[in-house]
Amino acid sequence: MANLGAIVEKVRSKNAGPFWLTIDIFCGTPRAFTQIRDGLSTERVAKVFAVPPETLKRFEIPSLNVLKFSLPRPETQGAVADRDMHGASWAALLSEVKIN
Amino acid sequence: MVRVLIPSGAPGLNYDKAALERGLACKPDIIAIDGGSTDSGPAYLGRGVSKYSRASTKVEWRGLMEARAKAGVPLVIGTAGTCGTDSAVDWLLDITREIAVEIGQSVKIAVLRSSQSNDYITQAYRNNHLHPLPNAPDISETRLQKCTNIVALAGAEQISTALETGADIIIAGRTTDTAIIAALPLMRGLNAGAAWHGAKIGECGALCATNPQSGVVLIEFDDSGFTVTPMAETSRATPHTVSAHMLYENSDPFILYEPGGHLDVTHAEYTALDNRRVRVTGSKWIPSDRYTVKLEGAVLAGYQSVLIALLRDERYVANAKKWVDDIKVKCTAKVVDRLGLSVDDFGIELRLIGEDASFGELESCKDAPKEIGAMGIVTAESQELATEIAQMLNPYLLHHPLTSEEEQPTFAFPFSPAELNRGAIYAFCLNHVLELSDPMDAFSLEVMNFG
Repeated sequence: MANLGAIVEKVRSKNAGPFWLTIDIFCGTPRAFTQIRDGLSTERVAKVFAVPPETLKRFEIPSLNVLKFSLPRPETQGAVADRDMHGASWAALLSEVKIN
Repeated sequence: MVRVLIPSGAPGLNYDKAALERGLACKPDIIAIDGGSTDSGPAYLGRGVSKYSRASTKVEWRGLMEARAKAGVPLVIGTAGTCGTDSAVDWLLDITREIAVEIGQSVKIAVLRSSQSNDYITQAYRNNHLHPLPNAPDISETRLQKCTNIVALAGAEQISTALETGADIIIAGRTTDTAIIAALPLMRGLNAGAAWHGAKIGECGALCATNPQSGVVLIEFDDSGFTVTPMAETSRATPHTVSAHMLYENSDPFILYEPGGHLDVTHAEYTALDNRRVRVTGSKWIPSDRYTVKLEGAVLAGYQSVLIALLRDERYVANAKKWVDDIKVKCTAKVVDRLGLSVDDFGIELRLIGEDASFGELESCKDAPKEIGAMGIVTAESQELATEIAQMLNPYLLHHPLTSEEEQPTFAFPFSPAELNRGAIYAFCLNHVLELSDPMDAFSLEVMNFG
């Protein structure tokens, strides 16, 4: 078991407009891409972010060795309860997920 | 063939001057730069102001005005002043007027305005011309009337109308990031899929290449595709850097909605022409049946004061959560008692920086920190009240003991006065599109001469 962040090249997160968040996992190699694609279920990601799995959009892009997830922002950008204006830190939560 | 030179992702972010010169030597047909985004939050739209320094904007905008004069082609900026309201457009117009005088330029300016009146949007809502996008907030006539600013995002049609005036400089209010780049290739009848795709790739300048902070990129559009060339010597575009830019700030990396249709890049092909240029073909534009423009709106969401105390004492760091929970209960009771407020009239939130301020209950790492910043955020309906409540919170953050038996502790305050009064705060309240029968219906165009 290793942290996802230790297997891949980079994980980044950002707003996709004020109402959506998007997280890009740059796996770096086809091998890492396959490992993450098979080892990281949409349900698991939904659990990390505490959102219903059906609200997540999942994209597998083998040509870039990228796995991408988009989700409605749990708090609208800039709302009083929002902690992260640019959605910058969400990547860290996924980086720390353990992968087989 | 249309060559669009893009100096950077926004004036205020800086660009490599030598790269801009190299771009001018490539004989561009237009210089296009995006001036804004919602990415810095609702306050800029709420207040109708720019997030960037006026001095930085002026220095960089002057450089672009000089580049335009040298190249003899139009210079277009979209979403002037971060939010693209009329007030932000006027701010950049003032800067433009000053520069024109200072450098002795005589320029024809076309101004495209995107601000919407509350009544116009309320009427459109009544007529069922507003349609929600995914995860849109609920709206009502009352809510629409309360917006401090509403803007509509212009597309290529409105930019084309501005370009047709023959203006030297086009200062546009809120537009889509891509419209200012796609407009000219579309006006010349080039491949629409390539026009929009190339515009999306180029909208953040050299962010689609290595050494992204160099800024400048040239996109060459033709009948079947487009070519990306970064202008800094140290910057290279590769099929990976270019195609990966479709991921950036996009909830869907293959589909991009724009006024009048959508771009589909599912079958796009990215080919390296050499070690620094990329050719892209196979992008598709699918026109829509109705013409819509996206709306953005902001409403006042209260006033805030913030306090920060730093905990370094081992026992308090270890028990910080318990400490702030107790402070919140006691301070809330005091506010209710002394100000006669209901608990719904105000908010006190305490975030522990170093422990879980980024994620709250979602935080999965439980490692013990060395120090913690306790950030108290007070929200109320006026600044006077927010400040008053922050002043009640102050003695707790300074002296509150974990137990009543111990000697009174004192914690580190970084500032005096301790409270930071943030003033008005705002909330985004629209994620909708507005249906138009004519693209110019929600926009206005004015032509003026400076110098």
